Amino acid sequence: MPAVLKAPLVVEFPFTRSLGPVQSAFLSGLRDRVVLGVKTGDGRTLVPPVEYDPVTAEEIRDLVEVAPTGTVTTWAWNHEPRRGQPLSSPFAWVLVRLDGADTALLHALDAPGPDAVHTGLRVRVRWAEDRVGAITDIACFEPYDGDPAEPGGHSGAFEDPVTGIVAAARLDYTYSPGRAQSAYINALSERRNVGERCPSCRKVYVPPRGACPTCGVATSEQVEVGPGGTVTTFCIVNIKAKNLDIEVPYVYGHIALDGAGLALHGRIGGIPYDQVRMGLRVEPVWTEGGRFPDHYRPTGEPDADYETYKELL
Amino acid sequence: MTRDIAVVAFAQSDVLRTTEEQSEVEMLMPVLHDVLDRTGLKTADIDFTCSGSSDYLAGRAFSFTLALDGVGAWPPISESHVEMDGAWALYEAWTKLLTGDADTALVYSYGKSSPGSLRDVLTRQLDPYYVAPLWPDSVALAALQAQALIDAGATDEPALAAIGARSRAVDNPRAQLKGDVPQGEYVVRPLRTGDCPPIGDGAAAVVLAAGERARDLCTRPAWIRGIDHRIEAHSLGVRDLTDSPSTRLAAEKAGAFERPVETAELHAPFSSQEIVLRKALRLDADVRVNPSGGALAANPMMAAGLIRIGEAAARIHRGESDRALAHATSGPCLQQNLVAVLEGDPR
Ligand SMILES: [Zn+2]
Repeated sequence: MPAVLKAPLVVEFPFTRSLGPVQSAFLSGLRDRVVLGVKTGDGRTLVPPVEYDPVTAEEIRDLVEVAPTGTVTTWAWNHEPRRGQPLSSPFAWVLVRLDGADTALLHALDAPGPDAVHTGLRVRVRWAEDRVGAITDIACFEPYDGDPAEPGGHSGAFEDPVTGIVAAARLDYTYSPGRAQSAYINALSERRNVGERCPSCRKVYVPPRGACPTCGVATSEQVEVGPGGTVTTFCIVNIKAKNLDIEVPYVYGHIALDGAGLALHGRIGGIPYDQVRMGLRVEPVWTEGGRFPDHYRPTGEPDADYETYKELL
Repeated sequence: MTRDIAVVAFAQSDVLRTTEEQSEVEMLMPVLHDVLDRTGLKTADIDFTCSGSSDYLAGRAFSFTLALDGVGAWPPISESHVEMDGAWALYEAWTKLLTGDADTALVYSYGKSSPGSLRDVLTRQLDPYYVAPLWPDSVALAALQAQALIDAGATDEPALAAIGARSRAVDNPRAQLKGDVPQGEYVVRPLRTGDCPPIGDGAAAVVLAAGERARDLCTRPAWIRGIDHRIEAHSLGVRDLTDSPSTRLAAEKAGAFERPVETAELHAPFSSQEIVLRKALRLDADVRVNPSGGALAANPMMAAGLIRIGEAAARIHRGESDRALAHATSGPCLQQNLVAVLEGDPR
């Protein structure tokens, strides 16, 4: 059996997120080198601020400025920074309770080594050069042995508040489709369609996924199906897809390959779109270097009798 | 309507560093067959099916739908899914059985961590505004909690190492790490490799049944006397990381403090988290903690919590315990916690 296939799979997503009034004020403040907290009903100041009291769930909106200096409440030495983390040289993760706050903020601390860090260490904010209204406007914290900074008494109101962030993320995977789908894809590279037969109900699945969803048992007996097939149903596509070089309108159909127990999807070409019909006999068209059929075209045979494919609709 | 509901069967896969030769459903199916064989049930006999898994591990949307091929989802079945550890799927199935709408339920969960970089993947469950943009990974956050415990005098590095060593010195053929595993270098100080769970792929499944149906299917059902789950504030800086009030509350609501338990299967992925959980659950020194090895021996994402319930139930099935506690967690630094109390019939 050929080896199981593997390929890199990159998932990237730039989520655009809107900010509520409290998060907007906090991130606008960071842009302007101001750290804001929010006061709870029982008089505690939460930094970073949230919109609802984590204990009572009451809405809280009472913004208050705190100092950019504070105290480490716990820490962890990160000798091998990972992609996306605030510093690329070894640093400490820290929770910092800023002066005037009752809760702690997570960030990075730039320090020469673990011996230079301890719980209780006094630190201050190091601001990023370019600030946009994001948590990364704090570049990191740094050790600080001066007096607590005096907060300026900012009201939390901004003329041009930040109203949203773009939360970009990238995750890297090595995708493997497993045994059954690898076998299917490997056969396609030889221009063959290979399904798998369920040992219980005898249905032939194509593409096979290694299990019969009716019987819940593993499939393993490989069966070559096609190359010819019958259109069981279809639709006419009138909207051009991005990055897809196919003229509209075109036809997308379900094709029951000869010998298969269910239909697969494919584009139907080589025939005017308004002449495609249920029962049309088709065959795959391969393009040079293609790893799967580009489309299916009419074979010229008489249409299949409805009785022969009605179970596959 | 009050009904007694029990775990009547449990099965799990070997936990391996990689299962790239198998798709999710190919990894899961033998476990589903195993758990059904233990009861003699066929998929068509199951009234309700509930699963737990995560698209972020697979890197694909709606990844759980392909796994449904393994449970015989045609003709249509009554089915649900949680984007969580299977312990929470079990909770949903338990409530479904309580309503009387179903007498039997199949609960399964699985996770393949091998296709991605788990420490990066798990950052995507963090607060997207203030925390996720910094990419603090799962080990880093657990290390902050461990240091807080050390500063509080609750533990030290040798004590943490002893938890890892005890967890891996167990006879569990399914475990990924066993025997004498070196404590290793720091991953994020103060946590060393020996304090961290192995990263692996695996699956687990449980069958639940109500009342007399449970007695028909199992000679000694593991009755669920109580089950509850609670959550902490999402901001780490608001919480006391040396304590787990959510675990304590869940345990209280599940009836864990009414009588002592003999066995506790705790889902503590990091050695330091066992310290927090023992305190929150008021476990005496004579309680046998994690005879299976726990998450430090095998921690398949989305299945490790369900495995804790399954391992606790299996001890009752085998007559090795009469009253056992199972705990599952999800999220950073024990953010969400589920506690179940299981009992066998008096002997
Ligand atoms: Zn079948």
